[in-house]
Amino acid sequence: MSPQKRVKNVKAQNRTSQDSNSFQTTLSAWKVKQGPSNSKNISKHGQNNPVGDYEHADDQAEDALQMAVGYFEKGPIKTSQNKDKTLEKHLKTVENVAWKNGLASEEIDILLNIALSGKFGNAVNTRILKCMIPATVISQDSVVKAVSWLCVDKCSGSTKVLFYRWLVAMFDFIDRKEQINLLYGFFFASLQDDALCPYVCHLLYLLTKKENVKPFRVRKLLDLQAKMGMQPHLQALLSLYKFFAPALISVSLPVRKKIYFKNSENLWKMALLAVKQRNRGPSPEPLKLMLGPANVRPLKRKWNSLSVIPVLNSSSYTKECGKKEMSLSDYLNRSGSFPLEQLKSFPQLLQNIHCLELPSQMGSVLNNSLLLHYINCVRDEPVLLRFYYWLSQTLQEECIWYKVNNYEHGKEFTNFLDTIIRAECFLQEGFYSCEAFLYKSLPLWDGLCCRSQFLQLVSWIPFSSFSEVKPLLFDHLAQLFFTSTIYFKCSVLQSLKELLQNWLLWLSMDIHMKPVTNSPLETTLGGSMNSVSKLIHYVGWLSTTAMRLESNSTFLLHFILDFYEKVCDIYINYDLPLVVLFPPGIFYSALLSLDTSILNQLCFIMHRYRKNLTAAKKNELVQKTKSEFNFSSKTYQEFNHYLTSMVGCLWTSKPFGKGIYIDPEILEKTGVTEYKNSLNVIHHPSFLSYAVSFLLQESPEERTVNMSSIQGKKWSWYLDYLFSQGLQGLKLFIRSSVHHSSVPRAEGINYNNQY
Amino acid sequence: MDSYDIPESTPSASSRPEDYFVGATPLQKRLESIRKQTSFIPTPPRRKIPQCSQLQEDADPQNVAFLLHKQWTLYSLTPLYKFSYSHLKEYSRLLNAFIVAEKQKGLAVEVGEDFNIKVIFSTLLGMKGTQRDPEAFLVQGLILSPRLKCSGTILTYCNLCLLGSSDPSTLAFQVAGTTGACHHTGILSKSQLPSENREGKVLWTGWFCCIFGDSLLETVSEDFTCLPLFLANGAESNTAIIGTWFQKTFDCYFSPLAINAFNLSWMAAMWTACKVDHYVATTEFLWSVPCSPQSLDISYAIHPEDAKALWDSIHKTPGEVTQEEVDLFMDCLYSHFHRHFKIHLSATRLVRVSTSVASAHTDGKIKILCHKYLIGVLAYLTELAVFQIE
Repeated sequence: MSPQKRVKNVKAQNRTSQDSNSFQTTLSAWKVKQGPSNSKNISKHGQNNPVGDYEHADDQAEDALQMAVGYFEKGPIKTSQNKDKTLEKHLKTVENVAWKNGLASEEIDILLNIALSGKFGNAVNTRILKCMIPATVISQDSVVKAVSWLCVDKCSGSTKVLFYRWLVAMFDFIDRKEQINLLYGFFFASLQDDALCPYVCHLLYLLTKKENVKPFRVRKLLDLQAKMGMQPHLQALLSLYKFFAPALISVSLPVRKKIYFKNSENLWKMALLAVKQRNRGPSPEPLKLMLGPANVRPLKRKWNSLSVIPVLNSSSYTKECGKKEMSLSDYLNRSGSFPLEQLKSFPQLLQNIHCLELPSQMGSVLNNSLLLHYINCVRDEPVLLRFYYWLSQTLQEECIWYKVNNYEHGKEFTNFLDTIIRAECFLQEGFYSCEAFLYKSLPLWDGLCCRSQFLQLVSWIPFSSFSEVKPLLFDHLAQLFFTSTIYFKCSVLQSLKELLQNWLLWLSMDIHMKPVTNSPLETTLGGSMNSVSKLIHYVGWLSTTAMRLESNSTFLLHFILDFYEKVCDIYINYDLPLVVLFPPGIFYSALLSLDTSILNQLCFIMHRYRKNLTAAKKNELVQKTKSEFNFSSKTYQEFNHYLTSMVGCLWTSKPFGKGIYIDPEILEKTGVTEYKNSLNVIHHPSFLSYAVSFLLQESPEERTVNMSSIQGKKWSWYLDYLFSQGLQGLKLFIRSSVHHSSVPRAEGINYNNQY
Repeated sequence: MDSYDIPESTPSASSRPEDYFVGATPLQKRLESIRKQTSFIPTPPRRKIPQCSQLQEDADPQNVAFLLHKQWTLYSLTPLYKFSYSHLKEYSRLLNAFIVAEKQKGLAVEVGEDFNIKVIFSTLLGMKGTQRDPEAFLVQGLILSPRLKCSGTILTYCNLCLLGSSDPSTLAFQVAGTTGACHHTGILSKSQLPSENREGKVLWTGWFCCIFGDSLLETVSEDFTCLPLFLANGAESNTAIIGTWFQKTFDCYFSPLAINAFNLSWMAAMWTACKVDHYVATTEFLWSVPCSPQSLDISYAIHPEDAKALWDSIHKTPGEVTQEEVDLFMDCLYSHFHRHFKIHLSATRLVRVSTSVASAHTDGKIKILCHKYLIGVLAYLTELAVFQIE
């Protein structure tokens, strides 16, 4: 509630600076909402509102504050006897309000004036300055006025110091800074004062823009440095100057140093937090540069930078050196390009994308998501090439198994890979350097080091012809795959699934960007489809062999079926003309699995295959024209074959007739008499426990359960029971593939064009 | 394990490899070339025996004299972005200030001021294999004694003379961009050259070159300058500072260039094959046996004429060296050693090769002894550097 009261004060001042930054506009918007009738509203509410008391108290405080401000404005009354008492009372009032709710900018304006004009004694000035806490913002004009008092030299040195400290602490809350920046020269001149110097340095550090950096100022600062020696505050300012004008000055900050400025804020720490909370909204971010130490590290391990990824820095001098003559004014007033360090938001990037000043080291974009966007959409070859070179060299240099005796930096390398993967996920695109790196390093990989990162890199290989990549990558991977543990196999399958997904996404995007009418493009699409299908077949081969090696592990099968869950939906989900079925080794392993969830997953995949194939069939009929992506009848045949065996096993209890054919003589030799229904939804090993618990549910006291009692009505109850147990895949499969009639039969997809 | 083959059931679209990339970007093309490189044997099975190149003969032999008989540490370097030969003087100013700032951590320095450290960039004329190769250039870091901190013109002048060897008459180096250099020479010719020569000491030298770097040149645009081979002599801390400056300024990347045993044996064969008028050093091989507690080094010195004779008996294709010949040459050495000492050298690691032409260490250190084959040696090193950055 309290800020409302002050609105009327803010209003006057605010009108003068209405056309300003976003922060300002949000403030005025807020005011429009609440401003017009606030005083009346408050009194009304005050009568029938439980919080009225507080407001009343607030009102009183407000009045007292007005009086106090009035008192200070008039100046000290010499004759008054109890002058000290009144002064003390008013000071207390101001302090209380200030620390509680902050002062309106107009009040600050008045009080700041008083504190610096020297009307009162030093002690009073100090106390006033200390409680100059804004409710929301400080007007720029008050600061300018206050600075003008400094010129008159009415106040003591300590007051000046306190004023500068206050200015630094409150810098973020000053509504605008253009006028203050115009006083740059004045502040700069104040550097001469030894007592003020640290604080002025800090202020200048906050204030300096590129156009403020002038050769004469550089020289002046260097003189100061020569006079005072290595002062941290000077170092900070100098390095900022170096940042803006590297052709004028060079400085390298010590590695250890972290604090460059005396903490000006600690007087107001709590108050600052409160103001920030009051402002809440997006406070204008001041331009603050990271004062990183210089990048040279004299050979502890290698001299390529402190961290692996270079610090973001505008390409400062390459451009200037590229010019014929280096005229100072030229590059100090360089306009038209947008400095990177000001790039804070995506809209800014969009507005300035044509005139962005690129970083001097392209590698630094890896840590900057906005610039990653830029890298992603730019088709400028030098930019990409610079990034490519940097990334491939860094990967090569950092890779811990690429060179011997490099293992102690494993953590660092892992982090670096994580950063790259994060960037790739962010862009949804793989980097070519990473692919090249994989070619070189995969043959040397032990399969353990940074496994998850490395396999993630594999999943981000940009789309390319599979047969070209296979000898370089997948053949090496297969060797590791077959000789490693089941967990490694599972993670490889997982990453291959992601690779497939990334390729599919990329292709589906690519197709929709170009019209699919011209025949040459269709051959291209055919080529890419061919590549994808080769990948799928390759994974099929890998998984069949892996199943055999791991003796049909359920765990592995889960990962394999996960892969095929992606595969079966390519036609519908990605709108790409491709349906590849799984190899028999996987299908029958899943069908005969002891695990219900595997069977359920298989049912779901079969269901999706069906959907995709019927959709494809429909499209073919609609289009009439013989496109080259008609699936061969073989795919349909294969699917129908699988389907009949599945329905034969699970539903019709004729397991080995169609589908899998086993000679009845051999079956008799096994000695199993009831082999016919031993694989249906009741007797299948993975369903048997469901059947038993279903029957027990029916008649809990029964000692022996009769499986064959599940028939007719009970059969469909049993199915409902199964569905209620979470077997959604089975449900979908049965709903779509089994024709409900007295005679259950499998419903294949007709692959003659008579659907 | 069953053989992997693809069923024919998939879409039967014709697929030509070039169809995969409709608008192949340069990066994709680059990747293609890397694929080719990785899938075949990393090095071509035959190379030319180093010959004295025409371009090198054109250049003043004194120019390159000081590059010989020094130990250089090898680095590979990715292409320099926006490097310009016409701004060498400005680069030296900036690098100079950078080095001084690095040396006195925390103290800012003005660019262009006079320091007791001086950096000079200069081009090395004639150090190229073909006309297309970019000009090699040299960076030298000098330390000047305090009393030389006088006027800039004199410094420019005396640096000119410091660049060469100790012989003051070899002032052939040009500081590119110093158009006024001749003028100053005229003015200052009275001053005593030898006395000034003593004042500066070369602390650090590094040079960038590209000899027959065609494979790299083809793939980059004109914004880049390809000088894949960098050779440094001096304290590594200095190399670090200067390298960092280059990395920051031209967005390039230095990485140490190690020479593996395979390439060392190639060097041994190629350098033995070179005709040398008078042998200055024995042909020497160093093998390292990684055994505990201390590793054992085996040095094997051969009289260069014997080595040459051995080579001549193996050598068949005139002017060229082939992989088989290299293998045979090394095998002969191994079997000879085995006959006498019963040690299979092929089971150890070749660490160093030194011949009258040059000597190379597996850590990426090289010393070139023979002026005649300078270009030839550098061409092979360039090839290795290009292979590392590709």
